[in-house]
Amino acid sequence: MSEQKYYLPEPSYWPLIGSIGLFVSLFGFANALDPAGPVGNLTLMYIGFAIVVFMMFGWFGTVIRESESGKYNSQVDTSFRMGMMWFIFSEVMFFAAFFGALFYARQLSIPWLAGEGNNASTNMFLWNGFAENWPLLNSPDAEKYPAPTGVIAASGLPLLNTILLLSSSVTVTFAHHALKKEQRGKLNFWLFVTVALGFTFLGVQIYEYAHAYTDLNLKLSSGIYGTTFFMLTGFHGAHVTIGATILTVILIRCIKGHFTPKNHFGFEAAAWYWHFVDVVWVGLFIFVYWL
Amino acid sequence: MSDHHHPTGIKRWLFTTNHKDIGTLYLWFSFIMLLIGGSMAMVIRAELFEPGMQVVEPNFFNMMTTMHGLIMVFGAIMPAFVGFANWLVPMMVGAPDMALPRMNNWSFWILPFAGTMLLMPMFMGGDFLQGQGPAFGWTFYEPLSGQYNKLGFFIFAVHLLGFSSIMGSINIIATILNMRAPGMTLMKMPLFVWTWLITAFLLIAVMPVLAGAVTMMLTDKYFGTSFFDAAGGGDPVLFQHVFWFFGHPEVYIMILPAFGIVSQIIPTFARKPLFGYASMVYATAAIAFLSFIVWAHHMFTVGMPVAGELYFMYATVMIAVPTAVKVFNWAATMWKGSMTFETPMLWAIAFVFLFTIGGFTGLMLGVAPADFQYHDTYFVVAHFHYVLVTGALFALIGGVYYWLPKWTGNMYSEKLGKLHFWLSTISVNVLFFPQHFIGLEGMPRRIPDYNPMFADWNMISSIGGFVFGASQLIFLYTVIKCIRGGEKATDQVWEGAEGLEWTIPSPAPYHTFETAPEVK
Amino acid sequence: MSASKTIKTLSRLLCAALLLGPAIANADYELNLMPGVTEISQMQYDLHMLVLWLVTVVGILVFGVMIYSIIKHRKSKGAQAAQFHESTTVEVIWTIIPFAILVAIAVPATKGLLEMEDTSKYDMSIKVTGIQWKWEYDYIDEDGVKFISQLDEASENARKLGSGVDVTTVENYLLDVDNPIVVPSNKRVRLLITAADVIHAWWVPDLGVKRDAIPGFINESWFYAEKEGTYRGQCAELCGKDHGFMPIVVKVVSQADYDAWVANQKAAASASAAEDTKTFGMDELMARGKGVYDKSCAACHGPTGAGVPGVFPAMAGSKITTGDIAAHIDIVVNGKPGTAMAAYRSQLSKADLAAVITYERNAFGNKTGDVVQPTDIK
Ligand code: HEA
Ligand code: HEA
Ligand code: HEC
Ligand code: CUA
Ligand SMILES: [Cu+2]
Repeated sequence: MSEQKYYLPEPSYWPLIGSIGLFVSLFGFANALDPAGPVGNLTLMYIGFAIVVFMMFGWFGTVIRESESGKYNSQVDTSFRMGMMWFIFSEVMFFAAFFGALFYARQLSIPWLAGEGNNASTNMFLWNGFAENWPLLNSPDAEKYPAPTGVIAASGLPLLNTILLLSSSVTVTFAHHALKKEQRGKLNFWLFVTVALGFTFLGVQIYEYAHAYTDLNLKLSSGIYGTTFFMLTGFHGAHVTIGATILTVILIRCIKGHFTPKNHFGFEAAAWYWHFVDVVWVGLFIFVYWL
Repeated sequence: MSDHHHPTGIKRWLFTTNHKDIGTLYLWFSFIMLLIGGSMAMVIRAELFEPGMQVVEPNFFNMMTTMHGLIMVFGAIMPAFVGFANWLVPMMVGAPDMALPRMNNWSFWILPFAGTMLLMPMFMGGDFLQGQGPAFGWTFYEPLSGQYNKLGFFIFAVHLLGFSSIMGSINIIATILNMRAPGMTLMKMPLFVWTWLITAFLLIAVMPVLAGAVTMMLTDKYFGTSFFDAAGGGDPVLFQHVFWFFGHPEVYIMILPAFGIVSQIIPTFARKPLFGYASMVYATAAIAFLSFIVWAHHMFTVGMPVAGELYFMYATVMIAVPTAVKVFNWAATMWKGSMTFETPMLWAIAFVFLFTIGGFTGLMLGVAPADFQYHDTYFVVAHFHYVLVTGALFALIGGVYYWLPKWTGNMYSEKLGKLHFWLSTISVNVLFFPQHFIGLEGMPRRIPDYNPMFADWNMISSIGGFVFGASQLIFLYTVIKCIRGGEKATDQVWEGAEGLEWTIPSPAPYHTFETAPEVK
Repeated sequence: MSASKTIKTLSRLLCAALLLGPAIANADYELNLMPGVTEISQMQYDLHMLVLWLVTVVGILVFGVMIYSIIKHRKSKGAQAAQFHESTTVEVIWTIIPFAILVAIAVPATKGLLEMEDTSKYDMSIKVTGIQWKWEYDYIDEDGVKFISQLDEASENARKLGSGVDVTTVENYLLDVDNPIVVPSNKRVRLLITAADVIHAWWVPDLGVKRDAIPGFINESWFYAEKEGTYRGQCAELCGKDHGFMPIVVKVVSQADYDAWVANQKAAASASAAEDTKTFGMDELMARGKGVYDKSCAACHGPTGAGVPGVFPAMAGSKITTGDIAAHIDIVVNGKPGTAMAAYRSQLSKADLAAVITYERNAFGNKTGDVVQPTDIK
């Protein structure tokens, strides 16, 4: 394969399978939500989901095979890198929407409901007695959105989780250096540690959720505090899950002897993603738990 | 890689990784959507033909308005521009194909599924004529949209559309930044490529925010959250902020590539280089930047603090400055040119005139105290159809005529093209100009029936609408005729055309540049 | 394009204009915004005209240049293309000029906006609540003056699909209500605008007020009308099925007439309060209930109680209307949060509530025989 020529992939059926999978799973989900549909029946969604997973195996498998057989040149590699970078940027914007909602609630809607700014009448006529507070321990309509009895303090589990995740960012960097120096043993070790830290983080998070639901009555439906808390940490948790899964796959590939010191885009993409998840967590820790 | 075996028949289209095939798919998809969305507009214009309810029930009317807006925006205009990008960006920058060809296929093949998901609820359960589909406006404000029971289908359709757009945009950016032929520096790129580079950036920045907005709707309706419910400390207006943070850049997503197309066409037929190339690039970037910080001009009446209203007013009217630069540059490109008026040029000139009128009314809307009278009236409807129909759509149609010979290898019929142009341009003004008047008179938008004082202009507008709609059938006929045959096109096609795409044979070969061309 | 083509096109345009001509000559048209009757609406009108003239001038200049080159610089006229393609001076100039124009617009606009948004002074306040698809007005300084205002009957009947009524014969078609709001002239009236279900917008062009009604928040606005008269407007935010049918009518009257009107309203309110303890006969309740139902409920649940499948439940044979009375009273009185079914406690008097519930239980083929009295409503 000469450096000049760009690798043009063969026609592929994986994208179409992916579309079908997405459609089936989302159709199944929408149908299960529709009061006139089979409420709560998620079979179709799972089927669709399975198709998507199948597609991922197939598609990524193809890419890995092509890559390992040396079909890609540096230009392809750059395209992949750009793709991943911009994808992460889109994820950043997705989180930005939810952070925006959090700031809006804290800085604007709650003060307004409590009568600030030009909203004296709002408080007087509609939410008399509601006073500004955060985390919200009495929602304007306490009957509709029963408030939690306590909040999750930043010190304690969240702090522990911060440490876990930050160190996992460090360990993945160790692994990267090892890869670049062709120290396969070190690479596998540090990558394993990273994955382990990731899953530990998830475990702690699940424990914390259970605590919130059962002991604190802090739920999705506890008003805007519970709403933003669970949506932000929940989406973050979902991303940790994805990231840890990707890292696991990369770990397996490393053990199989994939990647070279020069050519290891798959590894780097996973690492970038992991750093991104980490940065989001820092934002969460500061704005959701701490301030 | 000429030893590829290419599947034929339906498989060619389903599995393709070729940018031209995918571009073609996008273009046909968007045209079908234009017909569907246009038919809905015809229902709207039929009901509004005279006062009183004659054709449909109110809820069905709202559903037509909603689906018309959604389909035109997400189904017709946006995919059409992506189709252009697919066809042209690799040819213009001297690349063999898009940077990520398999993902390119996925970006497209999500769309038909997303479209199905969006249209599906209209036909589910109950009585079609009662309108089971979304009927809450293309802006789907909460809490009205939250009253709708089949919300899930709508939300997931939006998710899919967003996913497709994001992947498509990543591909375009990677192609432009990574696949240029040697010598093709950024400031040598054709303006169309520049506008798409910036548009793609806008898309990646705002589509995820839209996904966030609909996700919040989903959890509010089905999982007890209270983003948009004051009773839990949220705010219905928060929805509008999130939506318009997406929505305003979205309207520039629909116009920047149009600017690009027009900036290719006008120099060709004026036989004179584009005036102020560099300032065109900067102006595009400036518009894109400003588009992120003006969103709440759609919300002047929601009761923001007055400081906010002032800020958004100032920022909004500022957009007139870079847009003015563009309009003046086009005019200066024509000045002292040696102009001919083939069909693409006619559309491009009409674009400059009519888009500017739409821009002027945009400026009027941006003046907050006056917007309190215009907001949610037909004046707004007139504004955005001038920028969208005689703006985005006209540029698209002009672009099709301009590149059709390159795509098909055949010349289209100038006679039919001109007929299409004149019929469309006259009728579109009969259709939308009177809407300024009824808006100023006080007719709200999104209503199925009105007081007889608005009757005459509405009737005139409807007549214009029917003629404009029918004219598009000429377009369909002309395009099909050209695909099937006609006078053979030369490589350069147009006397004054410049750029890499005019150096290759017409029709363009399946793989354009297997070895990169050298750009001086 | 050849000259003969141009002529053909122009003549086509002319034909179009001629076709439109008679229509324009016939009707009493307003092509432009109206200055309205308040200082604010006048200010809005002035701004509108200012910007309109500015863009017209800019338009004439820009279009003029383009038309000139289209006519003069065409190849068929032998024009040779010049090759210039940039000029920093020109570009700077035409960046600065629009900017200057914008500043000229921003100054009066800022002044106007600040004036408009100043709700600190007022002589009286009315709380306005948008409800799908009617308005509730609560005169918060006058005890007991509180009522619902919705599309008048003549328009309501005429607007139905296939009603057979020629709507041009209906006076103020779609712009008339059963209970207009009445305010005194020369008073600064503050509006406290909110909504019960979805977002609406209270708009009366002549008064220069348009303000969104947001559920859970109160937006303030105001007007000061000197001229007595009747001013009409419409809901200006899509609010569902009958968004097009929730007009607003404001009557500005003299102080004396206003006082008389308030006294009247108060008397009516105490009369209706007296009914709350009365006991009615079945026939009385059924007749009254039908009136209430047709006016307040039929919009969703249908005149024959059939509802709209998948959207609004049927009243005929429904589990609730034929089942437990308490549950039936509960849903009508308290509504069902998160759905279009509003709480009617504050919208209807106890007597009306009792009547409509009795009616629902005994109409549309529901034959429960139950009688609900005002005293049953808690
Ligand atoms: C392609 C799409 C497009 C484009 C390009 C624009 C361009 C602009 N729009 Fe428009 N707009 C929409 C699509 C678009 N809009 C849509 C879809 C809606 C309605 C959404 C909904 O509610 O459903 C809307 C609504 C809308 C509103 C809200 C109205 C309301 O609901 O009350 C406002 C208010 O500020 C606005 C302003 C502007 C401005 C200032 C521009 C500017 O970019 C225009 C700039 C251009 C010019 C000014 C002309 C050229 C300039 C010159 C020739 C030189 C100099 C001139 C002077 C300085 C006078 N638009
Ligand atoms: C993005 C692009 C776009 C385009 C191209 C159009 C095109 C058209 N629009 Fe659209 N419109 C919107 C975007 C667009 N619109 C949006 C965003 C809204 C706001 C929605 C909302 O309020 O939520 C809107 C709202 C809107 C309204 C206001 C509705 C209301 O407030 O209730 C009206 C009313 O006249 C209207 C009319 C038309 C017409 C007549 C066309 C015509 O140009 C269409 C012409 C095309 C065809 C007709 C198709 C081709 C021909 C055939 C299929 C053959 C059959 C033809 C006949 C039977 C004659 N549109
Ligand atoms: C704006 C539309 C609207 C109006 C007006 C309206 N309703 Fe309803 N009503 C609804 C909806 C929607 C529901 C279904 C609520 C749910 O999801 O359970 C409902 C449910 C009901 C039910 C329960 C029926 C069942 O089988 O679940 C009764 C009884 C009822 N309404 C009575 C009334 C009465 C009496 C009036 C007038 C005074 C009225 N409604 C006006 C929308 C409306
Ligand atoms: Cu109420 Cu529209
Ligand atoms: Cu905008």
